[in-house]
Formats: sequence, structure tokens, C-alpha cells
Amino acid sequence: MADRAPAPDTPELRERWGGFVWTDENAEKARTFVSRYPEGRQKSAVMPLLDLAQRQVGAETNTQGWLPLPVIEYIAEYLDMPVIRVLEVATFYTMYNLAPVGRFHVQVCGTTPCMLRGSDDILEACYKRGMVKGSTSEDGLWTLTEVECMGNCATAPMVQINDGNYEDLTPERLDAVLDALAAGKQPKEGTQEPGRHTSEPSGGPTTLKEMVDANHDYRSEW
Amino acid sequence: MPNVTVDGTEIEVPEGATVLQACELAGKEIPRFCYHERLSIAGNCRMCLVEVKPGPPKPQASCALPATEGQEIRTDSEMVKKAREGVMEFLLINHPLDCPICDQGGECDLQDQAMAYGRGYTRYDENKRAVTEKYMGPLIKTIMTRCIHCTRCVRFSEEVAGVDEIGALYRGENMQITTYLEQAAEHELSANVIDLCPVGALTSRPYAYEARPWELKKTLSIDVSDAMGSNITLCSRGREVLRVLPRINDEVNEEWITDKARYQVDGLQRRRLDKVFLRKRGKLVEGSWDEAFKAIAKAKPGKSIAAIAGDMVDCETMFAAKALVKASGSDLVESRQTGMDYPTGNLAAVNFNTSFAEIENADAVLIVGSNLRTEAALLNVRIRKAVKRGAKVFVVGPEWETTYPAEFLGDDVSVLGKLPKAVTDAFKDAERPALILGAGGLAAGAYDSALGLVETLGLVKDGWNGFNVVHTAAARMGALMLGFAQDGGIADIAKAKPKLVLALGADEVDWEPFADSLKVYIGHHGDKGAHAADIILPAASYAEKPGSYVNTEGRVQFADKAVFAPGDAREDWTILRALADALKVKVGFDNFAQLRAAMTEEVPALAVEGLADYGSLPKTGKAAKAEGKIAYPIADFYLTNPIARASTTMQRCSAELIHGEDVREAAE
Ligand code: SF4
Ligand code: FES
Ligand code: FES
Repeated sequence: MADRAPAPDTPELRERWGGFVWTDENAEKARTFVSRYPEGRQKSAVMPLLDLAQRQVGAETNTQGWLPLPVIEYIAEYLDMPVIRVLEVATFYTMYNLAPVGRFHVQVCGTTPCMLRGSDDILEACYKRGMVKGSTSEDGLWTLTEVECMGNCATAPMVQINDGNYEDLTPERLDAVLDALAAGKQPKEGTQEPGRHTSEPSGGPTTLKEMVDANHDYRSEW
Repeated sequence: MPNVTVDGTEIEVPEGATVLQACELAGKEIPRFCYHERLSIAGNCRMCLVEVKPGPPKPQASCALPATEGQEIRTDSEMVKKAREGVMEFLLINHPLDCPICDQGGECDLQDQAMAYGRGYTRYDENKRAVTEKYMGPLIKTIMTRCIHCTRCVRFSEEVAGVDEIGALYRGENMQITTYLEQAAEHELSANVIDLCPVGALTSRPYAYEARPWELKKTLSIDVSDAMGSNITLCSRGREVLRVLPRINDEVNEEWITDKARYQVDGLQRRRLDKVFLRKRGKLVEGSWDEAFKAIAKAKPGKSIAAIAGDMVDCETMFAAKALVKASGSDLVESRQTGMDYPTGNLAAVNFNTSFAEIENADAVLIVGSNLRTEAALLNVRIRKAVKRGAKVFVVGPEWETTYPAEFLGDDVSVLGKLPKAVTDAFKDAERPALILGAGGLAAGAYDSALGLVETLGLVKDGWNGFNVVHTAAARMGALMLGFAQDGGIADIAKAKPKLVLALGADEVDWEPFADSLKVYIGHHGDKGAHAADIILPAASYAEKPGSYVNTEGRVQFADKAVFAPGDAREDWTILRALADALKVKVGFDNFAQLRAAMTEEVPALAVEGLADYGSLPKTGKAAKAEGKIAYPIADFYLTNPIARASTTMQRCSAELIHGEDVREAAE
């Protein structure tokens, strides 16, 4: 995270993105986002709008999308707020990409629960496919980032790729997911453990067993 | 009003006070970094931890905790001591501890509080984080590794200056303070963040590595770069003023000063008049005092003598000049250099009557012909406060970048005769309406129609006078009190064709009509006035003489002498006294005390520090119709007076911030 920095402000960047405006569809969405906040508080829509802009850039570049400085300025102007305030938001949240990314942004969780469940092997599997942390592969397909807890610890280890989470991974399962994505297919999201639906305890419940079928009052047993 | 106990003593604190304020009222010192009286509460440094009961069994940030009835606060317990030591240790984890080469050394909150509340050692032996320098313009030097992320600088520019340009990027350990794309901070008050920064992250670029605070002599003075009369401290070493700091005065400048007030002082070392000069065969050549006085006496002015005062002279100088002119049998004195000729019979009509402190409470404001940001930046801060409290602001004059919502009504004075309904409605409902007439308005002839609005807009109410004039010259109100004015302005003096004209630091005068007069310039800088002069008598700048100044709200204030004038330069009044001898007239004073006594006898108000009483506004008949395009007097904020024009710092600001030259590389 320390090496996050906005892509440099060059004439080429200005040339490419200086003319950024919402597509008709996104303009409509932007209006909806803004209208969710009371009069005079339009600035509150800055986060959804940054996300929307990132997606629009993504659609234009066939990547996950990112936020070039001119686009950040566009949002500031759209919401009539100082651009430094928008940049503060964009740099605070790691989900906003400040530099170009590839088609798939592979975010491997490396926080303690995932680490204990083998996130090192997951990273290793990524390296093996030629990915390098913090950069985009030559074919423009993969960008690899190590991130902190994504809130899926119960199904650790996990990676987030663009809008999907892939959990209960092993190097093989990850390879399968990545192969499918590379082939243009949409692999199943969520847990990759056969027989598991979401984050329920694998192998059946171990606690609160009486609750499975009907409500049960445990209080008398405390 | 809640009663609380601080370290065992019970005290009553005002409603809405915080625990920190309660402790201060009880005489306890609470260390702090992020909390500042004039900024919003951030609560992010945690240095102000105290123990409070009732409450969670852990130390609490006192700056963000309201004081409530029955609280038991401890600032001296073991828990508090440990908490402070802990916070200090955390703050120092990433701090470079480069005090020996840091300009903040000796006046650093971090240094002082580490000494008083810290542990004296650290248990951290990992690598420290380092942050790259951020460019913030020609005035602010940054060493961002030292930043402790208190966000005072961010809050100042957003809340006080009203120019959102500093921000905190990234998060956690990677948080960095910067301006957008490292653009220069571009407003008139930018350098105040240097004072606010509790560590050495933001320091003064022009003053870098110049001196340590304990080497400096501190002199209480008054700023003369605008008519606000900001209270300042001149910090000098030897014969040189090295820097200027604001003094706290809630009535005047609160805790801020403009960048010009702060940084024009390096101009005191350059382009100085330190010798007597006489014009011989069209050229100015060095001469002696004797020669100069003889030459003046030879002109035999008799009654034909006039004095014109510049924008930065003190009352004493003007009084001495007037005494000399009067003793010679003339009354040709004027201070409005640029030729303005508004009536000066009633001083209330040319004064900022509401007072700076009160204008914050105005609920409707009409600004006529003033770009407050360049003419009175600190007043603009007050107006911004009023707007935050709900005031509506309208401006007559060319558009400028306000730091609050304001409606521009057009740039011709004639608008005053037919104010749009939005304005009249706002004023009809207003309880504390105010009109602010600027120098641009006065020059465009808006004096009468503005006064006419006193009736129409109901500016005067019980305990409220909403008629205000903002001058741009520090000398103006003092001059008017001393009667340094002609009915027809400077044109009257030109018409009288005086044989001898004394120019007291007057640099903005059009000398064309005075071609036949002997022009004697008494001043401190080789600027426009000196170029036009026949004889130059070197005098003292505001830092080099004691003097009284009256600001645009009629506040009489005194300044002390910080350093000696360079070379042959003398304090102005001594020159005028000697000139009286040369002209063989009696002015009635031989030393400064006598001069002051004579002055305060003539104008008693000048003897008392504080607001002078000018009585009530003149009665006006029908609002006179006026027409005329308004033009603002200040084109370049950084170069408005001879000192600033001589200052390299101000020249650089002008080049970079006004003319957009990229001088960034050249400076490094
Ligand atoms: S630069 Fe100074 S004032 Fe600004 S956040 Fe850092 S320590 Fe605080
Ligand atoms: S630690 Fe990886 S998702 Fe929580
Ligand atoms: S002063 Fe209270 S948290 Fe900083």
C-alpha cells in the first residue's frame, strides 16, 4: 500500500482523459446517487461517483478501471467540491485504483487468518503464473495486489478478483478460477469447497446444534 | 453551568466547555497538538488524555469531551502520566528527531512536550518512515517526515482561509499532508499554517536557517502593509529584522497576519535610502545633511510649503510635518496620495464603525468597491465567519474570488441607486445590516450614495452602526484625525503651486503638476517618490521608529522601535525638526515626548490606545446619484508598498502566484 500514488500528471494523461464525461447511462446513475442525499449535501455522493467513474474507465479500457487525475477533477467539479477533498477520498480507500490495472485485479488477502490457512501458497501460485506484486502482467490480464482482511476469514484463504470473491482456495482451485477467467468464462464465485454453500461450518454445525431445525431457548442451560 | 472537579478542586465552567477548557480554567496545563482554539476539534493526536469519572475506565481525549455536571477529572494520576508517555512515544516513532537542524527548534511543541511529558527513551527499533518533501509555494518550507498529522494546517485553510487546498492523502502510517499536485498554497494568509504547525513540518522558507528564537530581540509593533493595524512582533538580531510574527489580539487580527505583513521585512534591507541625495544637473548625487538643508532654505519657500504623506507613516511624523507647514504659515497637507477627495469633515463617515469583532455578527453585508481579499484579508476572514453564521453578502464592483458565497451586482456605482430586490429584501429582514465601502468605491465617487443608504437600508440601529469604510493605507485614519486633508484632495495642493513640497514616504503621487516645486522626499526606500525628488532625506521605516497608528476602524495603537535605521537615516520627526531650524520657524517641540504631548493636545484621542470616538454619522438628504465604474486599487497584492516592492520574497510571490511563473526549480 505504501507505494500507492496517483499516476503522474503528464500531457499524455491529460490528453487521454481530459475529456472524460459520463456516458448517458452513467450520467443517469450519477444523478440517482446524488439525489439520495439531502439538498446541500451532494458531496456525500463522492464515493459512489468515484466508483462509477472507475467502472466507466474500466469499460473504456477493458480493465477493472482506475482513476486518472483528470477524472478525479471531473468528479470534483461535478459535485462542486475542492479537488483535494476528492483526492483525499480516492487515496484513502484502496478499492480505488490510482494507477492503471489489468483486466483482472487479483487481490490476495494476506492477513492473519488467511495467512494461517495458506495465503502464502496462494501468492506463490500467482507468482508461478508470472504475476508480480504491484504490477500488471504483460498481456494486460492480471494485476496482483496483496490486501488486508476482506471479511471472509471463515472461508480463508481468499482472493478478490474485480467484483467477485473466491474463497476456500488451494493453489489448484485458484488455478482453475484463473484459467476460467482467462478463457473468458465466469467461474463460480464464493467458496470453492465442494459441498459448502457459503460460510456455514464445513462438515455441519458444531455449536447451537439444537437451533438447526427449530428455535431453541438455551438460556436455562447457561 | 456545570460544576466539575479538577484534581480535587471544584470549579464552575461555562456551558459548552470541553474538559480541556475546564482543566485550563482550573489552571492545569494540558499538553496538546491537534487542538487549537480557533479551529474545529479534530481529536486525532491523543496528547490531551485525562482521566474522567464517570466514564469508561480508560483515559479520554479531553479536547473532544464536553464538560458535564459532576465530572471528576484527574490530570495528575498515574494513568494520565502513563498515557501521555505512551502517546509521546508513539508520536516519536516516526519522527526523525532532527532537532539540531530543524528551524522549529526552541519553539517546537513536540520538543517541549517531549521534554515535559515524554519518557526519555524509546523501545522502537524498526526503521522509521520517511516522507518526501511537498512543494507548497515560495513561503512554506516542508519537511514532511516531521509531520505528526494533527491536521491543523488542513483545518486552517478550509475553515479560516476558506481556500481548500491542503489535504491529507492516503491513510494510517502512509498519511501525507500536501496540496493538490503540490501546487503552491495560493491565498493571502497561507503562511499562518507555519505558526499553527506544532512541529517543524511546515517552516518558513525565507527564514530558513536564519536564527534560533532565543537569539532574537522581540519588539511589539503594528503592521503597516494594510489598514487593519494587525498586531505583530518584530524579531530582530543586531540591525536586522529577521521575521515577523502575529500577536494575538481578538479585536483586530485574532491570531493571524497576511503573508505580506509577515514577509515584506526582507525589503527593509534592500533599496534603502541611507544617504542624503541632491539632484544636480538632473542627476541625484550624494550630499550631506548640511548641504540639503541649505539648498532647501535657499528655495525660500516662505508660506509656499506643502506636505504629502504616504501610506505607511506614523501619526507623529505627520504631526511634525503639519506643525512645520503650519509654522510656515501654510495649511497645505494631504495624505490621500492617489488624488481621492471624499469629504473628511465627519470622521465617522470614513471609518469602519461596526468594528472588526462585531462585523462577524452582521446578517446582511453590502460591499461597495472593495476586493477584501487583497485590501483587508483579515477582514475577509471575519466576513466569512459572518457568512457561516448565515449572513448574505452582496458586492458592487468587478468580480473577485470570494471565499464565501456572494452575489455580484455589477461594477458601476450607479447600482446603489437602484438596488435589486434581493438586496433590499435581505436588508429589510436584517437585524445587523452592514455596508462596507472600499477605496475603489470612494475613488469612483460612491461616498454620497453610500451614505444615503444609511437611511434607506437602515444601517444604524440601537447599539449597531453598520456603515463602514475600509481604507488601504495604514496611515489614513491617523492622517484624517490630524486633519491631513484638503477639500479637493491633492488637486488643491497642486493648484496652490507650492515652492516646496515635503513628500513623507509618498510613493504613489502623480508628480506631474509639481514640476516647478522643490520636492523633498523624506522616506526610507528608493522607490517612485525618491525617483521624482530633488532632495532625498533618508528616514526610518516602521520598524525603526516608535509611532502611533490608527487602523481603519479608528483604533489607536502604538508601535515600538525594533532596530536602528541604516546609514545616515534618521527618525522622521528629527529631520522635520531640523528642517524647521533651517527654515527658521518654531514648531514647539525639541524631543519626542514634547512632540507627542503637542500632538495629543491637539488630537486627544491619539493619546488613548483603543477605538477613537468619532461621533455619529452626518445627516444626509436624498441619496445622491452617482455613476462611475469601480476599479480596485490593488493589482498585485504582494507589491503594494515600497518595502514590499524591495522585498525579494514578495517579488517571488508576485512572480509565481500572480504572474504564474514557474520558479520552483530556480529556488531549490
Ligand atoms: S504539517 Fe504540521 S500542521 Fe499540518 S498536519 Fe503535519 S504537523 Fe499538523
Ligand atoms: S483475513 Fe483474509 S479475509 Fe479476513
Ligand atoms: S489535543 Fe485532544 S486529541 Fe489532540
